[in-house]
Amino acid sequence: MTTLVTTRIKPPMGLDNAWWWQMADEGKLGIQRCLGCHTLRHPPRPMCGDCHSLEWDTVEASGRGVICSYTVLRHPQFPGYEYPLIIVLVDLEEGTRVTSQLVGCTPEQVDFDLPVQMLIQQDPDGFKLPVFQLAGVA
Amino acid sequence: MPISLKNETAIAGIGLTEFSKHSGVSELSLAAQCVKAACDDAGISPAEIDGFVTYTLDSTDEIEVARAVGAADLSFFSRINYGGGAAVGTIAQAAMAVATGQATTVVCYRAMNGRSGKRMGQGVSGEITSSDLIHWSWYMPYGMLIPGSWIAMIANKYMHKYGVTREDLGRVAISQRNHALRNSRAYGYGKPLTMETYLQSKLIAEPLCLYDFCQETDGGCAILVTSAERARDLKQKPAVIRAVTQASTRGQEQMTSYYRDELVSLPEMEMAARRVYAMANLGPDDIDAACLYDAFSSEIIMQLESFGFCEPGEGKHLVREGALDIDGRLPNNTHGGLISEGYIHGMNNIAEGVRLIRGTSTGQPPKAVNHVLVSSGVGVPTGAMILGQAQ
Repeated sequence: MTTLVTTRIKPPMGLDNAWWWQMADEGKLGIQRCLGCHTLRHPPRPMCGDCHSLEWDTVEASGRGVICSYTVLRHPQFPGYEYPLIIVLVDLEEGTRVTSQLVGCTPEQVDFDLPVQMLIQQDPDGFKLPVFQLAGVA
Repeated sequence: MPISLKNETAIAGIGLTEFSKHSGVSELSLAAQCVKAACDDAGISPAEIDGFVTYTLDSTDEIEVARAVGAADLSFFSRINYGGGAAVGTIAQAAMAVATGQATTVVCYRAMNGRSGKRMGQGVSGEITSSDLIHWSWYMPYGMLIPGSWIAMIANKYMHKYGVTREDLGRVAISQRNHALRNSRAYGYGKPLTMETYLQSKLIAEPLCLYDFCQETDGGCAILVTSAERARDLKQKPAVIRAVTQASTRGQEQMTSYYRDELVSLPEMEMAARRVYAMANLGPDDIDAACLYDAFSSEIIMQLESFGFCEPGEGKHLVREGALDIDGRLPNNTHGGLISEGYIHGMNNIAEGVRLIRGTSTGQPPKAVNHVLVSSGVGVPTGAMILGQAQ
């Protein structure tokens, strides 16, 4: 018997990325910070490419940013996702960039450089992930 | 003293299977057929092959191909990672092996049931291993699962920055379809494409529509590399490898290098350009035709800038002037390319580069073709090659 996948694909988690999803589960958007030179980096990596420190901690992002780029995915439509699916690159005010989804608006409302705000979306199966909405939307 | 690969090696044979949407045979069969065809084209026996190179994504082991075609002693076998970014990289490996004496006769192949078997458009599933798995973890949960979704993000930013329109992408797709109309092997053979049809086709990943995507294809393509000296005495006019390189640069990801400061250029392709021009002691003005990697139409316009055929942001003007057409400044993908001939992961674009040097393309430009530029996949660790006439 085939099990129908009806939820989004879950992120494979390892030593280098699981903490980010755990922070999301706690309602936070995390950014990795090098303890050697205090540079923020995303996506996370085990070593700082600048000072080569293996030590790092995390900071919680404000969730405020602007749209750097976006695409609207229409086809093919995979189970577990709602289409049209708006994917955004967000330049966070902290200086790092994150790939995420824009919710609560139509494709016609999306544009470059619009301010956005992070919110945590919880799927019916309890999985949480950071997504964004246009700033000023209640 | 480092050895330069300039003019040391040549492509002496190309071999292709029929391209289709359903081959009805195994990928090993396709691989064996195209490798044998490359040997026939060069006029040598498969027993003379002593090296193989393919893609990490290829399902057919080198020794399986060796047994199938009756090759004997192999002194060199190697694989290149990163999807279509491997294309020219396989030739670079072969050229290094031949130039350094590790092998004399290396065949690079890519054989795939790309439509009836594992399709790129089916997307990534999480069934990937190691650090690559963690990389995809930033995209899969959000639904970025297919190559078009990853490329669209860059294409949209680039088009916004430089005022590139959907019509400009359409011009690229139509130019290549026009080339394919003359090529009986091509998906697009006998199927003209109009701007009206292009603009009315369904959007897949905005701003990219159906006709901006390459053709998922069943088929195999093999390229036989040997020394330039030996190639002179073989059956075909040699396509001498003037220069070849791989290229990956700072902030490189596989398809999603989104975290660099600006997203409107292709730094790894610019690196490849610098290296092949320096190695060949040539520049953009010396290039007569090109086979630029074209999984998506937007990639062509960006590469015109990467390889210095125009300034950043001006690729659209070249396209509007008809530069890519058969009588244009830079006839490009004169077989139809991945978009309109078929997607054999870039190997078929290398084969077309060889035909252009031989003068046997169905889209042979009405001018002398002394140098052809060929590139590997866009948005991934990549590479480039310049093919030239024997001197």
